Amino acid sequence: MTPDLLNALVLITNYVIVPGLAYGSQLALGALGITLIYGTLRFANFAHGETMAFGAMMAILFTWWLQSMGISIQPLPTALLALPLAIAATIAFALFTDKAVYKFYRKKRSTSAVFVIASIGVMFMMNGIVRFIIGTNDRNFADGERYIIMARDFKNMTGLDEGLGIKVSQGITVVVAVILVGALFLFLQKTRAGKAMRAFSDNEDLALLSGINPERVVLIAWVITATLATIAGTLYGLDKSFKPFTFFQLLLPLFAAAIVGGIGKPIGAIAGGFIIAFSEVTVTYAYKKFLTYIVPEGMEPNGLVQLLSTDYKFAVSFIILVVVLLVRPTGIMKGGSV
Amino acid sequence: MKKLLLTTTLFGAMASATVAMAGDIKVGVIIGFTGPIESLTPDMAASAELAFKEASDSGMLLGGQAIAPVRKDSTCVDAAAATANAENLITAENVVAIYGADCSGVTGAIANNVAVPNGVVMVSPSATSPGLSALDDKGYFFRTAPSDARQGEVIADVLKSRGITDVAVTYTNNDYGKGLADSFATAFAKNGGKVSISASHEDGKADYSAEVGALAATGSKHLAVFGYLDQGGKGIVQASIDSGAFDNFILGDGMIGDSLTDNFGSSLNGSIGTVAGGQSDGAMTFGAMADKAGIKKDGPYVGESYDAGALIALSMQASGAPTRGGIQKNMMKVANAPGTKIMPGEIAKGLKILAEGGDIDYVGATNVEFNQVGEVLGTFKELEIKGGKFETVKIH
Repeated sequence: MTPDLLNALVLITNYVIVPGLAYGSQLALGALGITLIYGTLRFANFAHGETMAFGAMMAILFTWWLQSMGISIQPLPTALLALPLAIAATIAFALFTDKAVYKFYRKKRSTSAVFVIASIGVMFMMNGIVRFIIGTNDRNFADGERYIIMARDFKNMTGLDEGLGIKVSQGITVVVAVILVGALFLFLQKTRAGKAMRAFSDNEDLALLSGINPERVVLIAWVITATLATIAGTLYGLDKSFKPFTFFQLLLPLFAAAIVGGIGKPIGAIAGGFIIAFSEVTVTYAYKKFLTYIVPEGMEPNGLVQLLSTDYKFAVSFIILVVVLLVRPTGIMKGGSV
Repeated sequence: MKKLLLTTTLFGAMASATVAMAGDIKVGVIIGFTGPIESLTPDMAASAELAFKEASDSGMLLGGQAIAPVRKDSTCVDAAAATANAENLITAENVVAIYGADCSGVTGAIANNVAVPNGVVMVSPSATSPGLSALDDKGYFFRTAPSDARQGEVIADVLKSRGITDVAVTYTNNDYGKGLADSFATAFAKNGGKVSISASHEDGKADYSAEVGALAATGSKHLAVFGYLDQGGKGIVQASIDSGAFDNFILGDGMIGDSLTDNFGSSLNGSIGTVAGGQSDGAMTFGAMADKAGIKKDGPYVGESYDAGALIALSMQASGAPTRGGIQKNMMKVANAPGTKIMPGEIAKGLKILAEGGDIDYVGATNVEFNQVGEVLGTFKELEIKGGKFETVKIH
């Protein structure tokens, strides 16, 4: 390969593939939570973004506590060590909201529209609680090594004009996402509880007839969802920075991912997460430099070759959402129709 | 809270009532005593009144007259309230000139609606919007704070002197950012430079890697960031360093602060920035005076306030009588060369020269020199990050 072609490849990896993979993993983990709740409790949980914020907040609080005791796991961020504690706290919180709010409507056999509206109420409550405890400011809690490879070092090593920077947080995000997704599928396919969940999701009445305890399924669904939300929120916060408001903004791409993939279908949520992430990144990237490397000399573009300004990033999720709902309302994996 | 507000208003009203004795020359002091910059305005007003007091105490102002400042609230943001208060100053209190207002929006409103139609001079110590330069002020509006447009020119000159001819620009999406980016682009093009992209960024986002990707696609080696150091500006710098897109930054005044260097340290080495202010002799002298009077000298626009007050007093003296028209006619003459240079604390000397028919050139705390539209050019510090710290390399 010519150096120009290599440069172009590195450029795209640096600005599109690496950020897209990390962002896609974060969305996939978040969308999985939404899809699981939809599958078992049969409503779109608008409070999921705030659950992620709550989980990330707990992770930050425990990280500070660990740091104050001088515990760290260099070169990895301390937040990883704080995760189990944060997950436990978030699970407790999720179960509490289920008991205090959703259980009442389950008993009354309310329609899913009522559940959705209740979840919006829960969202505002959690919203307030998170801001009350940790405030509205930006918090950077990533410690330890920052880069797996620094762009400057990469340039020196390879002698290329383009650098490739990979952050530790991006690496951790992808690795953790792969492990979690693998574990979740093992659980759903191989264990008794997982099979019960799938059965309950496919046909509630049949599952009840065969002696599956519905409260137990709901409990497991909340435990898994809270776990995923905490991990997704913490990874997002590590990679970018923690600010309560950004999790509210995340709700749109999360739902877009879940619906595009087919709501209620775990594989669909993962596919949807990556589709949304890569659409956002590829549509808003300016290809001028990339094209300059690969087209013959004299044919370089003058403009930026950017399809959409970065200001419209969130519009991409909206467009995809609308198109999917119009063309294939059940999503790629034929999930529930919304 | 309500009670507190009431008592302060009452107290303020009483204070202004007792100060304004019959026969004194009334000058309006209208800045935002409440509102978003209420923490800054007490020192600003005290500084302007320090100049008035200096002129009054000298016994030489128009044969021993005294200036009585009349305080009113501009609120900084509520144009209707500010206009009503200014109206009151001009028609009821019958002031001869106005020190203020502070924020650009209310300043424009007062100038357009009340001050210019009534022929009353306004000297603003802190309104920096470039839009005010184009105000149809008939020569009645002056400001002792430099317009943001000036900073754009200074940055363009700094880049020219360093041989940088191609930059990408990103600015925070508001009047400040847009104004600075536009004025910089104009000045830079005049110097023969090329702005490869000028893209806005929103503050308060979690991730700026997409924005940086677009900026980097232009192939420029330098990135000018006109934003805020605790907001989107920081996010842009962070994402640039993470992806290796830019190593060299050009920073507007909103980006200058220790929190930036604390965050990024020596990875910003070689980046340059500008910020208003300088270390002139006048500034030092004024600093000592402010200390003595119990005014926070490093607060923003404190020196500018003193200069605004001094200029009003000196223009009065030059016109021979405390009239609105006379102040307007003589403002440029006392502020600009030629003439004897007048430093802070030398108002008495200036008054004496003017009484004897001489000419003065007021320098003051901030090197005042008005251009033809009645604005100062101001001084800017050129900073460079060396060893992870901001260092002043030159004064412009």
